[in-house]
Amino acid sequence: MAAQTASRSGLKSALPLLAPAYLWLTVAIFLPLSAMVFFSFMTELPLSGKPWAFTLGNYAAFFSQSLYLTLLLASLRLGLEVTLWCIVIGYPAAYVLAKVLKGRSREAIFLLVILPFWSNGLVRIFSWAMVLREGGILDTALNAVLPFKINIDLMYSYPAVIIGLVHSYVPYMVLTCYLTLQAIDDSLIEAGRSLGASRLQVLKRVIIPLSMPGLVAGAALIFVPVVGSFMEPRILGGRTGTFYGTIIEDQFVAVFNWPLGAALSFILLAVVLVILAIASPVLKRAA
Amino acid sequence: MMTTRILEGLGRLYVGLLLAFLYLPIIIMALMSFNASPFYQLPFEWTTEWYASLWQNDQLISATWNSLEIAVITTIVSVVLGSAASLALYRYEFRGKKLLQALLFPPIAIPWLITGTAMLIFFFGVGIGRGLFAILLGHVALALPYVIVVVSARLQTFAPELEEAARSLGANQWQVTNRVALPWIMPGVIAGGLFAFAVSFDQFVVSYFLSTPGQTTLPVEIYAAIRKGFTPEINAVSTIIIVVSMALMLLTARFFKFGGEK
Repeated sequence: MAAQTASRSGLKSALPLLAPAYLWLTVAIFLPLSAMVFFSFMTELPLSGKPWAFTLGNYAAFFSQSLYLTLLLASLRLGLEVTLWCIVIGYPAAYVLAKVLKGRSREAIFLLVILPFWSNGLVRIFSWAMVLREGGILDTALNAVLPFKINIDLMYSYPAVIIGLVHSYVPYMVLTCYLTLQAIDDSLIEAGRSLGASRLQVLKRVIIPLSMPGLVAGAALIFVPVVGSFMEPRILGGRTGTFYGTIIEDQFVAVFNWPLGAALSFILLAVVLVILAIASPVLKRAA
Repeated sequence: MMTTRILEGLGRLYVGLLLAFLYLPIIIMALMSFNASPFYQLPFEWTTEWYASLWQNDQLISATWNSLEIAVITTIVSVVLGSAASLALYRYEFRGKKLLQALLFPPIAIPWLITGTAMLIFFFGVGIGRGLFAILLGHVALALPYVIVVVSARLQTFAPELEEAARSLGANQWQVTNRVALPWIMPGVIAGGLFAFAVSFDQFVVSYFLSTPGQTTLPVEIYAAIRKGFTPEINAVSTIIIVVSMALMLLTARFFKFGGEK
């Protein structure tokens, strides 16, 4: 097939079909990302009419003020915690979907699991506000069941942010793990069992290693956006919800220090790229 | 055997719990949008008051129209451009093809916060500024990679011999594309289009940075309202959005298998 298509004229015929899409991507994604890097080395935006000069000051600000580094670390920690929770919650579900459920019920439940993540994330985060706040559903329900009075007011706290983010991202983990788990041949598992391995040993020696690419893909898909999240901490975290993402948002919508915002964004981009680079060998093996 | 049975039962129960975790807040939100108390107090009293008052909220209505218009245009543009690009990537071999395919992943993988702020800076710099046109530019760019990936996946199942056969029977390039390739990839194109619509209609982050007070989309309007304080009206509109986007995805699933079923 490859030889057949290669024999036909290449780039010249492809270009008219490719150009519109890639021009659009260039104008709306690649040029903006380059512009962001460029602006991050400026003192002022050149369009405001004010004098501007090249500077390293925006990056110096990141390294000299411990606030930014602290918040970046807080965001990385948030990403790590959410990813771990998603693995703990999502992996067993993916296993049940791939190896226990069969036929139509598997198809239906799989669809149900991934359905929410294609619905509006903002709205789903907002729905937690109703559950978690004092006098909210969780509070009311627990007090109706328990004989003693407790106050559940998780709203505007770190756990609320974690719950909201795990809720948003756990379908990713189920999806990627399901795809790799499903590809594992059942006879491998049976062979392990019949050779006298316990369930736990089969899990550790066969199932988890073989599904590693799915775990890593899911982790990368979750970790990266969580580190850059700002809407979820704002809504569910309130005053405790200050993270690296919210600081970047502030630079663009509140403080209007765009060059600093660009530098902070670029540092985040660099961190993200390093993480994706570390994950990519495992991902390539999966593909 | 006994333990297997028990373990499988526990597994099913566990998946049920996960589904409850995923859907309970949404169901509660939907219920509360029909509750008379504006402070979400129980006992539950049925009302459609909040849905009725949505119709009086001009800001929300105009933002909804903006969202729909942008989502429809995004769908059409990204499906046309994306399908063309997928066809080219499938049909032709040339240097740099691998790179072009790899370039589709940064828009998907980079957090929207970074993409959105970068667009804001660039569009401001070149004079496009903020507003509905800027939002449209951004949405199409976000949707394109999804469309190309989905349509390309469908093309993988296409036999090039079909095109060869049509050509040898005297069809010209246009006829080959129109009568052979397009009908085959149609399910992929429709699924890609629904993806594009969902990406655009639910998009918050990029729209947020690119909108101005008069020119905004529904999610941005909702975010502003949430930060001002909860109102049952937001509940009502959120419920509508969830129902619409889930219905859309169910439709997509009809055209596009996610699971790679055995």
